[in-house]
Amino acid sequence: MKKYVSDLLVNETERLHEDYVLLRLTDPQAPLPPMSPGQFVEIRVDESPSTFLRRPISIHYVDRERNELWLLVHIVGDGTRKLATLRKGDRLNCLYPLGHGYTVPDTPGQRVLLVGGGIGSAPLLYYGEQLLAARCTPYFLLGGRSRKDLLQLEEFCKLGEVFLTTDDGTAGMQGFVTQHTLWDNAAYDRIAVCGPKPMMKAVAHMAHERDIRCEISLENLMACGLGACLCCVEKDADGHHVCVCQEGPVFDTGRLGWK
Amino acid sequence: MANLQTKIGNLVFQNPVITASGTFGYGIEFADLVDLNRLGGIVVKGTTLAPREGNNYPRMAETPSGMLNCVGLQNKGADYFCTHIYPEIKDLRTNIIVNVSGNSPEDYAACAARIAELPGIPAIELNISCPNVHDGGMAFGVTCSGAASVVKAVRKAYDKTLIVKLSPNVTDIAEIAKAVEAEGADAVSLINTLMGMSIDIERRRPRLSIGTGGLSGPAVKPVAVRMVWQVYRAVKIPVIGLGGIMNAADAIEFFMAGACAIEIGTANFIDPTVTMKVIDGIDQWLDAHHADSLQDIIGALEA
Repeated sequence: MKKYVSDLLVNETERLHEDYVLLRLTDPQAPLPPMSPGQFVEIRVDESPSTFLRRPISIHYVDRERNELWLLVHIVGDGTRKLATLRKGDRLNCLYPLGHGYTVPDTPGQRVLLVGGGIGSAPLLYYGEQLLAARCTPYFLLGGRSRKDLLQLEEFCKLGEVFLTTDDGTAGMQGFVTQHTLWDNAAYDRIAVCGPKPMMKAVAHMAHERDIRCEISLENLMACGLGACLCCVEKDADGHHVCVCQEGPVFDTGRLGWK
Repeated sequence: MANLQTKIGNLVFQNPVITASGTFGYGIEFADLVDLNRLGGIVVKGTTLAPREGNNYPRMAETPSGMLNCVGLQNKGADYFCTHIYPEIKDLRTNIIVNVSGNSPEDYAACAARIAELPGIPAIELNISCPNVHDGGMAFGVTCSGAASVVKAVRKAYDKTLIVKLSPNVTDIAEIAKAVEAEGADAVSLINTLMGMSIDIERRRPRLSIGTGGLSGPAVKPVAVRMVWQVYRAVKIPVIGLGGIMNAADAIEFFMAGACAIEIGTANFIDPTVTMKVIDGIDQWLDAHHADSLQDIIGALEA
């Protein structure tokens, strides 16, 4: 998939709550290029002295009608705080689309469970839409610390059935995504996960036990995003280092030897 | 249009902008974004005779105006390069230079000899300055005798253009440059990364898997310019300057300090198209200053 580096225009920013901002970007000159769910964008953050490298942000959604690329940003440091101050009409330098995303099945009719933890739910919105377009059925299991950490629920509900868990019980079932009762009777053809690594490992284990194919998405620290610097490596099942930015960020758990 | 051509020995570069090893892959990773044929040269990823897995994750830490890395020469080995990668890049109309590393003088020489078989590779850059491997790498680059022993062995095995990449982690870099010049190096490139460290104070642990790493980016530029200036005055062979170059003005500093060409490394991570902008920027600067040729400003520091 061809990569681009360009100054995208901020169409709209929406502060979802104090810790999260939704950026809607557009290219006023041309239709946005093809992008796969699970791919990411390397964003250059200007005017943040402590942010030297680009920041990898996963593609949240691509609205083809409005020619918009949506990014869901968790405000954690100076760079992401700077991103949260962007306003309509500002420009953002984006290197995209990068990496390999989630598998969209060739055969229609598959039931796919999409499991997101916190900000990890971001890429699952676009994946869900692409699954629907491929005539598959997405089911969403989204977990967070509290009600406010469950993001874009209205958007997810448009695409499929949504199950929720929160650590404090303020929404959905109390507990972790792995403790939801849907696992008692999980009849899915595939599972896709994005979230904190321990949570992804736990879901990968449950998928493995049920003999369901599972893909996870890694967020290792990276510099280039292009497979050049070799900083973001993860060990595969054979103990070889593979680049998360290029061969991932989405991996089949079998490739990594996760069981 | 000023004349941007520059030479290292008999090897002609269409312009002085070369990508630094380990920051530009094999060039093909950037093919969607950069016209590779416009580059002066590409120094491809550090290559060793045998494959290397490199160090464990985490390998990178962002620092003020720079970054630390401890990749540790991960590569699939010289044979893999020759059979799988070389065919993909050999027809590019730029100088492809292979960065060669090893763990003994003989090992370096054997790797160089393997690369010498490739007609499309006119030069190698000898890495005696990697701070992230225990066996070899910087161990050779920090003493005159160590540096000389590697260059001597490689010179016997390799008769094309031999560039030696120097470590800044030394007391007197000019002495090392003189030692490799005496063994027949055609040029020196400097600086490799400066050894550094960063600590996660909450976890009381280093941010990098092996504790220390190599610092690159604008943070090291003044050190690099100083060292290029010192080496330029100490040797007769050409000097390639690198270290934190982000734009054409940075490159011109290096030319004035004595570099006949420059390498761009970490800046490729911030702006993958930076090399194109630096080539254009050097040209514009020379025009604006009524210089016909890049050669007019090399070593043109008034001091």
